[in-house]
Amino acid sequence: MATDLIEQMRGILAPFQGRQVVLIPALQAVQEKFGYLPEVAMEEIGRVAGVSQNVVYGVASFYSQFRFTKPGEHMIKICLGTACHVQGAASLVESLERELHIETGKTTPDGKFSLEEVRCFGSCALAPVIVVDSQVYGNVTTTKTKEILDEFH
Amino acid sequence: MDFVTLRNKAIEEWQALWGSGKPLILVGLATCGMAAGANAVLKAIEGELARRNIQANIIPVGCIGLCYLEPIVDIVKPGRPRISYSQVTPEKAIKLIEDYLVNDNPRPDLALGTFGEDRFANIPKFFEHPMLKPQVRIATRNCGHINPEDINHYIAKDGYSGLHRALAMPPEDVIKEVEKSGLRGRGGAGFPTWRKWDEARRSKAMPKFVVCNADEGDPGAFMDRSVLEGDPHSVLEGMSIAGYAVGTPNGYIYVRAEYPLAVKRLQIAVDQAKKLRLLGDNVLGTEFGFNVNIMQGAGAFVCGEGSALMYSIEGKRGMPRVRPPRSVASGLWGLPTSLNNVETFANVPPIVTNGGDWYAAYGTETSKGTKTFALTGKIGRPGLIEVPMGISLRQIIYEIGGGIPKDKPFKAIQTGGPSGGCLPYSLLDTPVDFETLTKAGSIMGSGGMVVMDEDTCMVDVAQYFIAFCRDESCGKCVPCREGLPLMSEILERITRGDGKAEDIQQLRDMGETIKSGSLCGLGTSAPNPVLSSVQYFRPEWEAHVIEKKCPALVCKALINFYILPDKCAGCGICLRACPVEAISGGKRLIHVIDQEKCIKCATCLEKCPERFSAVVKVTGEHITVPKEPVPVGTEAK
Repeated sequence: MATDLIEQMRGILAPFQGRQVVLIPALQAVQEKFGYLPEVAMEEIGRVAGVSQNVVYGVASFYSQFRFTKPGEHMIKICLGTACHVQGAASLVESLERELHIETGKTTPDGKFSLEEVRCFGSCALAPVIVVDSQVYGNVTTTKTKEILDEFH
Repeated sequence: MDFVTLRNKAIEEWQALWGSGKPLILVGLATCGMAAGANAVLKAIEGELARRNIQANIIPVGCIGLCYLEPIVDIVKPGRPRISYSQVTPEKAIKLIEDYLVNDNPRPDLALGTFGEDRFANIPKFFEHPMLKPQVRIATRNCGHINPEDINHYIAKDGYSGLHRALAMPPEDVIKEVEKSGLRGRGGAGFPTWRKWDEARRSKAMPKFVVCNADEGDPGAFMDRSVLEGDPHSVLEGMSIAGYAVGTPNGYIYVRAEYPLAVKRLQIAVDQAKKLRLLGDNVLGTEFGFNVNIMQGAGAFVCGEGSALMYSIEGKRGMPRVRPPRSVASGLWGLPTSLNNVETFANVPPIVTNGGDWYAAYGTETSKGTKTFALTGKIGRPGLIEVPMGISLRQIIYEIGGGIPKDKPFKAIQTGGPSGGCLPYSLLDTPVDFETLTKAGSIMGSGGMVVMDEDTCMVDVAQYFIAFCRDESCGKCVPCREGLPLMSEILERITRGDGKAEDIQQLRDMGETIKSGSLCGLGTSAPNPVLSSVQYFRPEWEAHVIEKKCPALVCKALINFYILPDKCAGCGICLRACPVEAISGGKRLIHVIDQEKCIKCATCLEKCPERFSAVVKVTGEHITVPKEPVPVGTEAK
């Protein structure tokens, strides 16, 4: 399994040989493929970018895009931009946490849903907004969150 | 192919499209349109056209700015003016095909407006719409009118004429033209664009870089997204002109990863421009070459700051550094770099084409031209607008924005995102320009404008922004790293009802310390939302710390929900909806909320049928209700 992963990783990282400038694109490519950054990836990425693993972790942990644990099958992102906040996004967070029995930033035990907060998708005219995978839902209410979850069950 | 041939070909193609004898259907397919359901509308249109065997050309376009009316579909029948229809659903789209395309009834009842001089009876002119009439669209000139994924549409609309013109001028003259225009940085700082270019040009060090800041991080702002999704070539052309003026072939564009559609369209635009030799080596057959590398951000707000952004491109942690040296002297990899914002670049091509004086005719003495704003919050017509500088906040909110929904009173307008401030009613006549907004205690910022009404709590908003900056602080400067969590703690205490009278002064003192002790724009402006809020809305702060009340009924710890005994009909709707079973009752019994169990989610308030309106939300007030459910009627005195 692990060797498989390393092989795949080498394939993904092949176009990125070079200097540190490739570090973030390489991290993004790996996360795009696996949904997170598996531990074995860090060493490979360090090798490709010509930097130590310390640097790879330092950079990866600085940016909120990068995840170190496997996300759920469906990613629910709640927008907490200003417009969404003013229109009541905080109660959507509470409502989804209640429905899914998890805290924000966590994944349901069955691996079905992950819940994340995001600062602004730039769809402010439709506030409050939540995004499930790549589907955007606008003008969401606490009642509507239930219906949205049902679509993915 | 030389530019004139290229241009003629594009114009011919454009005219052929409009004069093809087939109907033309334009569908707004920016992120906002899609979120409103434009993809389903597009599918319905395609299906219906196929079913009826109607030949038509469908053009996906960007956002025209009327976000609240999305999905927007425009129909052009051969020889007729273009008609715009708003809030189109799949059913409505199918009906429009039948009524207008087949039976020639343009459905004035569903139409928003027509474009051009020709008119239809009972359909107003599109640009006479109150939201559009006061606008001047320069940076957003093509958004909603062309297919952003087709370079020929852009060229047919005068695209790349600015670059063509610039390449025939000495670079110094290009810079002079931009100087004449008075264009200042649209990312918010307002630094004169020409000076960045001029300093980078004069620098002896090589190589140099032109970088586009598309890391639009302010929550509540989507101007750059709209331009990138609706007209990506305008940004690429602006960057090429900058590259020529500065004297470099190296361009980078740093886009936030949260904008996948913008990234996709930019990539398509770069590839198409390369193919036509509008990018790459020997642009338009000249000695000048220019390349654009797209770099995706990774979710760090602080990377909107110049030096942090450049470290991020280099593959490092995005932490700002001490300035000077400024990035024009020592930017990307320590080399001269001119960093400008998306909107700044989008303004450059028309400035070069029409001349700096043309642009400078708009705006005020010190702030020339136009500015785009994302108008959101408690506003009748949320959307993206572009207005001449100097317009008043009142005009933006009431004329363009249509005022506050349900005729509620205006309370505040937040400009400049987490670095800006909240301005009250008394400052509504403030003209929008860089200097005046700063003097008022806010900033122009990149263009986010969030309108707030009486249901918005100013303490809660201040807490929101401080928490945002706390989470986004890179951690380099101690006052920002340690001060923001402390401010956040105090604010949380206040919203919890445990505030002390001296907290307000302490927040102000801490805010001043953070401002003076931080390096970058994030730290030096993070306390602004608190400072301006305390300055203009002090009574509301005092209500929280002294009376333990939240007048806007937002802070959960300070509010309670009650079911009014004389209004409750015992229908049981709220009881069934309550997510925490805090409501007891039964058929024809007056329902009672257990205040200990209640999580104040407001579900009961939302669910209680309007004819009863039995649920109320109060602050600092106790309402007498029965301890246990009693039959309806027994409580009425």
